[in-house]
Amino acid sequence: MTDPSDGTSTSELVLSLRGISKNFGAVSALTDIDLDVHAGEVVALVGDNGAGKSTLVKVLAGVHQPSSGTIAFRGKEVTLPDPSAALKLGIATVFQDLALCENLDVVANIFLGKELNPLRLDEVSMEIKAWTLLNELSARIPSVREPVASLSGGQRQTVAIARSLLLDPKLILLDEPTAALGVAQTAEVLDLIERVRDRGLGVVMISHNMEDVRAVADRIVVLRLGRNNGIFYPDASNQDLVSAITGASNNSVSRRAGRRQAQREQGQETQP
Amino acid sequence: MTKDIENGAPAVPLLDRSDERVKHAAGFGGAIRSFLDRVQSGDLGSLPVIVGLVIIWTVFQSLNPIFLSSNNLVNLLFDCSTVGVIALGIVCILMVGEIDLSVGSVSGFASAMVGVLWVNQGWPVWLAILAALAVGAAIGSLYAMLFNRFGMPSFVSTLAGLLAILGLQLYILGSTGSINLPYGSPVVNFGQTLVMPHAIAYALAAIAGIVTFITGFRTAARRKEAGLSSQSLGSLLLRAILITVVLELIVFYLNQDRGIPWMFGLFVGLVVTMNYLLTRTKWGRSMNAVGGNREAARRAGINVRLTYTSAFVMCSVLAAAGGILAASRLASASQQAGTGDVNLNAIAAAVIGGTSLFGGRGSAYSALLGIIVIQSIASGLTLLDLSSSLRYMITGAVLAIAVIVDSLARRSRVSHGRA
Ligand SMILES: Nc1ncnc2c1ncn2[C@@H]1O[C@H](COP(=O)(O)OP(=O)(O)OP(=O)(O)O)[C@@H](O)[C@H]1O
Ligand SMILES: [Mg+2]
Repeated sequence: MTDPSDGTSTSELVLSLRGISKNFGAVSALTDIDLDVHAGEVVALVGDNGAGKSTLVKVLAGVHQPSSGTIAFRGKEVTLPDPSAALKLGIATVFQDLALCENLDVVANIFLGKELNPLRLDEVSMEIKAWTLLNELSARIPSVREPVASLSGGQRQTVAIARSLLLDPKLILLDEPTAALGVAQTAEVLDLIERVRDRGLGVVMISHNMEDVRAVADRIVVLRLGRNNGIFYPDASNQDLVSAITGASNNSVSRRAGRRQAQREQGQETQP
Repeated sequence: MTKDIENGAPAVPLLDRSDERVKHAAGFGGAIRSFLDRVQSGDLGSLPVIVGLVIIWTVFQSLNPIFLSSNNLVNLLFDCSTVGVIALGIVCILMVGEIDLSVGSVSGFASAMVGVLWVNQGWPVWLAILAALAVGAAIGSLYAMLFNRFGMPSFVSTLAGLLAILGLQLYILGSTGSINLPYGSPVVNFGQTLVMPHAIAYALAAIAGIVTFITGFRTAARRKEAGLSSQSLGSLLLRAILITVVLELIVFYLNQDRGIPWMFGLFVGLVVTMNYLLTRTKWGRSMNAVGGNREAARRAGINVRLTYTSAFVMCSVLAAAGGILAASRLASASQQAGTGDVNLNAIAAAVIGGTSLFGGRGSAYSALLGIIVIQSIASGLTLLDLSSSLRYMITGAVLAIAVIVDSLARRSRVSHGRA
């Protein structure tokens, strides 16, 4: 269970991390993380608040540099000194904090850094492509020519997701992509993750929603306090998952579940 | 959407008109309504400065009828070109949310360099100008390096630069303190007398209208073809005609006197070019993005350091250019060049014109509008024979008002969701 590459998939290894650590001063946000992602595979990254999920994603996106450890992308060892290096390799990221420019409109945000026709921006083509991407996500966005500041949280999330799809990446990192989305949009994003996987891309998805995770993940990697804490498959029991995430079989989630169970049984007993 | 005649009544809704919650301006009335909406939500654009200009002109004209005469306005255009070019550089640096306090010193140093190299050392004038611009670029790169490498706030580095470069200027001018540029030389003529032949001025005004129409028409055609909403031919025509008529009237009025100074033509040319660069190129997008949210820009793969460097260099080069223009306007390079209110006027012009001090918001045209406001105040008070003490106070008050308007508009934009 601790071997990170026991994903049965025989397809190409897109990403392979070995011994990644990241310290922020005295805080070790990540310690000795191993992670493999194959082509055509959805890996869910789960863990409690502060477990280090976002930090790991930022390391992969080139936002943070790891303190130690190696990253191999499609078989070759790489360094990611800045976000543009990651983007060039084909690693697209939706950040938890979205990272949009509020003063720019939706089209400008989606195409930021990848504008068509740099010396004479091709606004019409960009707008068409933006609408195509947004419609694929069944986005409810009133106008792509309004500054992003005027959008709701979920609309912004859709814009961030649309942006990650723009450049046909090889690996997509989604940090809580459905956290602010409505029912239809969440389903759309989960569908999209499956479509992307079927196209042979690797997907890393972070989510606190176990239902979503089970629905799309091929493998579930648990982080706890910045360390690997087990790999599960969607058929794993909730009990096992929760105890891996929280670190004990006697945890608040199972206590709560136990309490409710007991209450229910009690209720049945008192009935004549 | 009720009377969008040009688009017919499409059976399939247009790609960007599928959300029925959004009111879309249609026709002339709609355009006015959406303009009022924008203003109410704090997206003021050039409105405050134009209102301010009308007030200032009305007041001065009522106090002294010479103020709006062709002759005085032509002088005003000569005078505003020099600091205007510097203000254009300030727009660049404010775009990325930084500041350059040394533009006055840089401009003074550039004018001193031209004086020393051309007049004293006998260099060809073009080479002297090139050298001054190159030194401007070097100064900008230095600020950028201090900012990118050492994280030195631009406020501090350019304040240090203000003093150091002023020292350099005094040093190279030496004991004489002032170098006269030869009268009758093309450089001095350019700053003092050269105006556009009337026919050329009319033609340029017409070309501006035609180009607006053609680009607007092309875009509209492409958008329509692609199934996006597009501006109607009528409103495009109306806009182009309006622009042409207004410009031609201005040219006509100024042609009653000498006409439009070439120096002002150069300034406007630079403004239009900068506007294109800021709004229609990838570089301009990066400038806006870095000014709006630096970290988001970095994560989008933009080379943030390079963007800052380009902003600092652009600002210093334009400051040097402004200094050279000032030397040609005054026919001298002196110890006073670039000192006094040059610095603050340039910064004030950009802000008064509507470029935000908070970064990520501004337009090249704000340099043009802002400097016309400032120069109008100066010119009006000179005509009234009022001392510079009053001029400083009034310009200061106008600047304060401009910054208040900027801050209030920003708050209103935040609450109306327009960043
Ligand atoms: N820039 C930073 N500087 C210092 N410490 C940081 C920084 N970013 C994250 N940390 C620390 O690293 C740890 C992991 O944070 P991270 O954001 O990766 O958690 P997470 O698993 O994404 O949690 P959540 O589910 O709440 O999003 C936390 O203890 C946090 O305080
Ligand atoms: Mg997180």
